[in-house]
Amino acid sequence: MNPANTRSRDPHAEDPHPADAARLAVRSIEVAAALARVLPADVILTGREQTQPYECDGLTAFRVLPMIVVLPENEAQLAAILRTCHSLRVPVVARGAGTGLSGGALPHRAGVTVSLAKFNKILKVDPLSCTAVVQCGVRNLAISEAAAPFGLYYAPDPSSQIACTIGGNVAENSGGVHCLKYGLTLHNVMRVRGYSAAGEPVEFGSEALDVPGLDLLAIVIGSEGMLAVTIDVTVKLVPRPELARCMLASFATVEAAGEAVANVIAKGIVPAGLELMDRRMTEVAENFVHAGYDLSAAAILLCESDGTPEEVEEEIAAMRQVLTESGATRIEVSRDEAQRLKFWSGRKNAFPASGGISPDYMCMDSTIPRRRLAQMLLAIEGMEVKYGLRCVNVFHAGDGNLHPLILFDASDPDQFRRCELFGAEILEESLRLGGTVTGEHGVGVEKLNSMCVQFSPAERDRFLAVKRAFDAEELLNPGKVIPTLQRCAEYGKMHVHRGMMPFPELPRF
Amino acid sequence: MSATPAGVAQLVDRMHAARARGATLQIVGGGTKTFYGEAPRGEPLFLRDLAGITSYEPSELVVTVRAGTPLAELESALAAKGQCLPFEPPRFATGGTVGGMVAAGLAGPSRAAVGPLRDYVLGLTLLDGRGELLTFGGQVMKNVAGYDVTRLIAGSWGVLGIICEVSLKVLASPADTATLEFEWNEQRALQEIARWRAQPLPLQASAWCDGRLRIRLAGSRAAVLEARARLGGTAVDQEAAFAFWESVRDHRHDFFAPAADELAQGIALWRLSVPPTAQPFSLSGRQFIEWGGAQRWWRTTAPAVQLRAAAIGAGGHATLVRAADKSAGAFAPVGSELMRIHRALKDAFDPERILNPGRLYADL
Repeated sequence: MNPANTRSRDPHAEDPHPADAARLAVRSIEVAAALARVLPADVILTGREQTQPYECDGLTAFRVLPMIVVLPENEAQLAAILRTCHSLRVPVVARGAGTGLSGGALPHRAGVTVSLAKFNKILKVDPLSCTAVVQCGVRNLAISEAAAPFGLYYAPDPSSQIACTIGGNVAENSGGVHCLKYGLTLHNVMRVRGYSAAGEPVEFGSEALDVPGLDLLAIVIGSEGMLAVTIDVTVKLVPRPELARCMLASFATVEAAGEAVANVIAKGIVPAGLELMDRRMTEVAENFVHAGYDLSAAAILLCESDGTPEEVEEEIAAMRQVLTESGATRIEVSRDEAQRLKFWSGRKNAFPASGGISPDYMCMDSTIPRRRLAQMLLAIEGMEVKYGLRCVNVFHAGDGNLHPLILFDASDPDQFRRCELFGAEILEESLRLGGTVTGEHGVGVEKLNSMCVQFSPAERDRFLAVKRAFDAEELLNPGKVIPTLQRCAEYGKMHVHRGMMPFPELPRF
Repeated sequence: MSATPAGVAQLVDRMHAARARGATLQIVGGGTKTFYGEAPRGEPLFLRDLAGITSYEPSELVVTVRAGTPLAELESALAAKGQCLPFEPPRFATGGTVGGMVAAGLAGPSRAAVGPLRDYVLGLTLLDGRGELLTFGGQVMKNVAGYDVTRLIAGSWGVLGIICEVSLKVLASPADTATLEFEWNEQRALQEIARWRAQPLPLQASAWCDGRLRIRLAGSRAAVLEARARLGGTAVDQEAAFAFWESVRDHRHDFFAPAADELAQGIALWRLSVPPTAQPFSLSGRQFIEWGGAQRWWRTTAPAVQLRAAAIGAGGHATLVRAADKSAGAFAPVGSELMRIHRALKDAFDPERILNPGRLYADL
């Protein structure tokens, strides 16, 4: 998609009127001067050359130049920034690695973007309590690396885990392919310490298992940086399983594969991972990495078991039986770690592989009840005909979280229009089937519109009231998650243009 | 919202009537937890007619239940399909409801292994203090649309709204369990548990009292068998073990229920929630340790200030659960900035302070 076209879709992004631009320039000088009184000069970035790298996150279709960027080096500086911005009523957008997929870290054109990149220390790894205390800018994978000598790891594994930070994970309540068994960020974070919009120190949760009063930690996690700025986080560590094996199962119809997913879960098995790819996705992935997938299957499932060797053997046998009874036409179990990783390589390259066969694709992220998977796939097939566009499907089937990738060419305005309608219909169908419009990528700016459909005006009003309870002036990341009535016009979707992703080397799944 | 329109409509009417009269309401499920927290105040609003399992899909691991449904009814429906509420909500007495369970947010012996109640609440319908019906969350495992209000409501003791219906994540009951016993003092028991915690063991519950540690293993047959061989100890007969864990869960174990004369003598039951690695407390009285060291119950006459200071010193907090005199406050106070947020949330959902006033804190 042409970025010039996409830019106009964001309300902050339009070029201001000359008078407005002049006001913004004056404001920028005023705020920069106020910040300079409390910060060393090299912490403050102004001017397009310095601030442009911060104009977007992983959702590159939306770009806004921040008025000012600051890179605090310590807590005193962060608190000073927040107090200064609060007293001047300046919006503040906190930012981690910028890998988010829904525009949660999109700058505010009259705001200050606070990069927390320098808060990157692992403060403590405690094998006795199985916890780690890490600063917000520590990368997800770095936690597991630090815990590895103790045989422990941090379970949530979003696909961007080599780059994304724990602060961002807290903001988005990030998942991953193993969250069916091990939970989301919410289930693996015990405590978040940070600052309120007014620069007051706050602490949510505890290193004990609960706190007195309301469970504020539960609402701070997944609040997309709108309730507080996270500084450090206590995470739960879990013992690394001795063994993991992955099973590939082929099915002659997508219905049979969908049924098989429901049957596995109904049997009381909680696989470490349970993923579904349809025929077209399988072909695309196979051509991309040669994982050894069965190209004759209408759909394949990847089922992972982990635990002690005895546990894994027992679970693999149980899964094999259920999948066979569910009509699997072929089953293959990884012999060793190398083959297990090969099985996963196709799945983990689903997004880049799709980028290789189409100029553009739009990724949806809705969640539906598991038993509706087959119904959803059939509905999507119908939509392909209706809109004259192809769609490849890859699902976190165990969680019912869908990532249909609609393939299109954005240089053709009509294709883009049809793609948007296609995506909107998928989200509509997801809600109709009892689901939600975003399972793990977040609302950000991208799904603001679909929030209007999922929630009533009263419900959205309570979201706003929750926001104000933490941040009365609405200065932290304003304009995200909660739509205004005027925005209620269309559903959200993620759109990625080939080569436009800022982290093309990261797997996306 | 699939709760009976009649039942919900009545609740809405009651709410508006109460507002018009300036009355306050105490939300009543089964009345099994009135002893917990601050004393209920206000006109009783009974939820027992808003009952029934709305939908249950075992293959989805999701059940949707109206608030007044007896917890026992839900648990037997789940057991019939080989499933359970993994967090083992305490029942205390018969007659408790699902709504009360969610509002109290309590969990039983398995808490440290499986997570708190809120991890299992996927969505709910709430009638808030403004008299509006609101639905948050849903019936799916992954959902990041909007703030997670559902989980804020879990454990909020009814101060933000009336839970009308709730969707819960359920799990298959463990294929196998085994209970092992060790004659160890407190220090040794805490040390060994800390060592086990970092290993891939199916350790699901622990209970230490009077020089004896009991642990429950739960998981696949292979995992339980292997762990038994590795850990040693004395195996406890399955039936006796079941009865024991149920008595801990429901506080029917003699430790948790001080007799009337003991309460009259000033003996209180305290719950100290602390990091599991907290050092043993030197308090007078008798102790019962659960959750791998993270939940330490004390039967003591020690003054509230001493218990609260001990808990804070260890990085946790203390709840006064059973006592003749709760003037020290049932729940530990929170800091001023967090209390400001508490009040603002109360203002958002129940600005006229109609629902369960004072049940959690005096000014909520």
